[in-house]
Amino acid sequence: MEQLKTIGRELAMGSQGGFGQSKEFLDLVKSIGEARSKAEEDRIVLSEIETLKRRIVEPDIPRRKMKEYIIRLVYVEMLGHDASFGYIHAVKMTHNDNLLLKRTGYLAVTLFLNEDHDLIILIVNTIQKDLKSDNYLIVCAALNVVCKLINEETIPAVLPQVVELLGHSKEAVRKKAIMALHRFYQKSPSSVSHLVSNFRKRLCDNDPGVMGATLCPLFDLITIDVNSYKDLVVSFVSILKQIAERRLPKSYDYHQMPAPFIQIKLLKILALLGSGDKQASEHMYTVVGDIFRKCDSSSNIGNAVLYECISCVSAIYPNAKLLEAAADVIARFLKSDSHNLKYMGIDALGRLIKLSPEVAEQHQLAVIDCLEDPDDTLKRKTFELLYKMTKSSNVEVIVDRMIDYMININDNHYKTEIASRCVELAEQFAPSNHWFIQTMNRVFEHAGDLVKSKVAHNLMRLIAEGFGRRMILQIVESYLRIIGEPKLPSLFLQVICWVLGEYGTADGKFSASYVTGKLCDVADAYSNDEIVKSYAVTALMKLFVFEIAAGRKVDILPECQSLIEELSASHSTDLQQRVYELQAIIGLDAHAVECILPSDASCEDIEIDKNLSFLNDYVQQSLEKGAQPYIPESERSGMLDISNFRSQDQHEASTHGLREVQQAATVPSSSDTGSSEVKLRLDGVQKKWGRPTYSSSAASTSNSSSQNTVYEVTPVDGSSNVNSKAREASYDLKKTQVEISPEKQKLAASLFGGTSKSERRASSTGHKVPKGSSHVLKSTAGSTTDVLVEKTTPVQPPPDLLDLGEPTIKDGPSSVDPFKQLEELLDPTQLGSSANPGIVGSTSAPDIMQLYSDKPASGQSGGFMYPSSSNRSDDNLVSGLANATTDSAHNITAAAHPSQFSKGPNLKDSLEKDALVRQMGVTHQVKIPTYLKIC
Amino acid sequence: MIKAVMVINTQGKPRLAKFYDFLTVDKQQELIRSVFGVLCSRAENVSNFMEADSIFGPDSRLVYKHYATLYFVFVFDTCENELAVLDLIQVFVETLDKCFRNVCELDIVFNYSKLHTILDEIVFGGQVLETSSAEIMKAVEEISKLEASSNSITLVPKTVSGWRNR
Repeated sequence: MEQLKTIGRELAMGSQGGFGQSKEFLDLVKSIGEARSKAEEDRIVLSEIETLKRRIVEPDIPRRKMKEYIIRLVYVEMLGHDASFGYIHAVKMTHNDNLLLKRTGYLAVTLFLNEDHDLIILIVNTIQKDLKSDNYLIVCAALNVVCKLINEETIPAVLPQVVELLGHSKEAVRKKAIMALHRFYQKSPSSVSHLVSNFRKRLCDNDPGVMGATLCPLFDLITIDVNSYKDLVVSFVSILKQIAERRLPKSYDYHQMPAPFIQIKLLKILALLGSGDKQASEHMYTVVGDIFRKCDSSSNIGNAVLYECISCVSAIYPNAKLLEAAADVIARFLKSDSHNLKYMGIDALGRLIKLSPEVAEQHQLAVIDCLEDPDDTLKRKTFELLYKMTKSSNVEVIVDRMIDYMININDNHYKTEIASRCVELAEQFAPSNHWFIQTMNRVFEHAGDLVKSKVAHNLMRLIAEGFGRRMILQIVESYLRIIGEPKLPSLFLQVICWVLGEYGTADGKFSASYVTGKLCDVADAYSNDEIVKSYAVTALMKLFVFEIAAGRKVDILPECQSLIEELSASHSTDLQQRVYELQAIIGLDAHAVECILPSDASCEDIEIDKNLSFLNDYVQQSLEKGAQPYIPESERSGMLDISNFRSQDQHEASTHGLREVQQAATVPSSSDTGSSEVKLRLDGVQKKWGRPTYSSSAASTSNSSSQNTVYEVTPVDGSSNVNSKAREASYDLKKTQVEISPEKQKLAASLFGGTSKSERRASSTGHKVPKGSSHVLKSTAGSTTDVLVEKTTPVQPPPDLLDLGEPTIKDGPSSVDPFKQLEELLDPTQLGSSANPGIVGSTSAPDIMQLYSDKPASGQSGGFMYPSSSNRSDDNLVSGLANATTDSAHNITAAAHPSQFSKGPNLKDSLEKDALVRQMGVTHQVKIPTYLKIC
Repeated sequence: MIKAVMVINTQGKPRLAKFYDFLTVDKQQELIRSVFGVLCSRAENVSNFMEADSIFGPDSRLVYKHYATLYFVFVFDTCENELAVLDLIQVFVETLDKCFRNVCELDIVFNYSKLHTILDEIVFGGQVLETSSAEIMKAVEEISKLEASSNSITLVPKTVSGWRNR
């Protein structure tokens, strides 16, 4: 009777369609949905589990009912409860011949089991059978399971069948077989390595869907080994071309775009293949350019393809026209109201900026908008972009912004990342010591527990090696101020303790009792932190030692005394030892302590007498008394291990005497830190900070004599006037377009001012000027952006390339009169020609001293816009340099002469470039209005 | 590669969760919770993208779309394009809509297995397999038809021992 009822319900359900469910399930979902608390939900689910446990073992359950039980199990597990009692029933269900039950069983096992589960062995046989089934739907279901549940050991059991299916008559099966093979490759490359050629073969499949599926494994393969697939470049390009020309069946269109997902995959692959390969890239230029033109930018998917084009263009060997097209698309993205497009625009900008840094400048205001956007994702992406374009001129603004943001977020993961970026940027680009210390203090204070300890060690070493006494005094002062604040991060305290121990009393400004008192407070306040305590004890020891060495009487404060006593009974043997050492050392005389802990010598070399010559007498005596003579290692046999151990031991013993907490002391000397594994770029930093530098309030100068000539020539020519007019005009234009707040402009100027400056190491001479100025006149008539593009130049080359440029400068500065240059720079007409009015005041002017430092990148111009008359040839030159050093091929013509940067510019090249630029200027003009129409 | 697909309702209840690499039930729950936590803290009119490194490990990104009472979430690595994945969600939802005629949360709850069938046609082993909702519909309908035809009411021996004896 009961059964009849069930059947009746089954029939009723059946009339609802294939997927109807019983009332029970409906009630379950409903009651869970109405549950007011997690506890209530848990109770409902637990009772459901009890019901299922009972029901599922009943004999002779109708298959529809059984299917529902399994689905209910899956549902229960999705809600986070254990349904493992039912796994075996799901496995059993896969053996059923009924397609509905089999598919349900397969679905359940893919969700329940992992590839290493014990029950898998019960399914493999069924999978093997099903892969051979006549019904292609069963084959597909089996392939689905294969992807999820076959592990390295079971791959051989199904591999032959899967390979056979690559030639199946149904394209749906071929597609899935390829995916399954791809999955095998991901899990165990070695087991299918002999079958990799199948992917190439399937690329020529008649069905575009199968071809599209093949791109997935090929993308992975090419990522791993680019060179083996260079031969496919032509094929990929021709496929992409066919798709772009709409030669695929209409069914592959998506939102009026021909097979956009396949296009995206292809562009990704081309980006991999064309990276750094000029020849391969040349095949791609036409088709990528076509897609840029044809792509529908009003739909989401069209923009996805456009973004992928930009990624591709910025990855392959650069092509000026494509870069131009990419810049246009970025402009469109950034101007869009959609946050998604802005995000993509910022991301794309980050990619393109490596090749053409001037792009960022065009979009400075858009970037700042994104930075102030309430959308966190967009903000982070923008910080990433800023991180990529940081240089010494804008580092202050960027890092300050980053820290402000860092303080306000709770996400520790991102906090860590942004903190380490701040530290990295500060170390690399710090404009002044004072700023550097303040920045580091802020980072440590707010994210001290998140940064790596290496950062702290680097900082300590930097303070010891790179800073002058005055600076160190400032640091000590700031630390003594901060130390009283509650809840400082452990790592920051370690740095503070070390610095106070090393330099706390060095200048005599603070008394030893004052500093030791502070240190005792720290040890008391952070009594749970043993590392901080050991740093504090070592610092105390050093302070006492310095007092003794200076001939003063050591008076140990009572709280200090009690701390020492308390710690001498500490559970930590390390702390105990430190305290005992401290006690032993204070008892020694001035001469002895000075040998043990010399003042400010943490970076000195420690001389190690490896021969232990001071023991010679002792050895001699022992020998005379009849002791066995020492047999050198090489003359012994079979004792290698022991001797190794011994020599190591010896080495350790000799360095051990120092007992410094940080390893800084053992690092040989400052000069070769660059080659040590520590990432901090001390070589540049140290030179900068090694000598006293004074920031000049005036704008900076540049560093070559030829530059000087340019200055003298331009006013005569009058082109600077023209130029400044052009700028003013362009500025006005901009202003009318958008209402821009002055703060924003200021921020823009401080952020991007740096972009426009670069090594104007131009050796342009008089004969260039007339041509240049005529060009300026033309460009005045041209578009705004044209002018903007003109005055920009590539980013600073990466520091490792700096050495390359060194000789060029060295012969330069002899004839430079910095004061004269200064005067000229302050000339009001020159000032007027600056495009960003806020720039002069807000950017920090690089030091004049930098002129003479051997860091060529510091030959910046403090955000000054130079008259374009010199830019013409500058551009050419600089890109020539860029070609020689970085891969930026801004200019193809110069590529053939990598050494050209030291010579004068080639007249012909510059003519060609002139033409090119003008041509680009025209296309630019055309493109913007079309965009505006779309808007 | 796509790492996970989730459908979560606005109260944080999972409606579908599929992870393309195996994770324990507890881990899955934790991820669903943290994803929901982040999603509901996001304002309206912001981008549909998020960096999900802190939840799913390095290089993870997340794209979500909010439809009525449901969040559709795709988690993937750097090999996919965010805008394209956004369209993939669109394809998924369009297909559901065609399948259920004005899809709503209830359809999804009660047609759990069909939801999986559709998703399996779109994403296969973590890779995008098919992006045309018409093609997906065709495949799903074919499966339904076959399942229905094979579905005459019969009784199946259901005990594990009974099956083992076979």
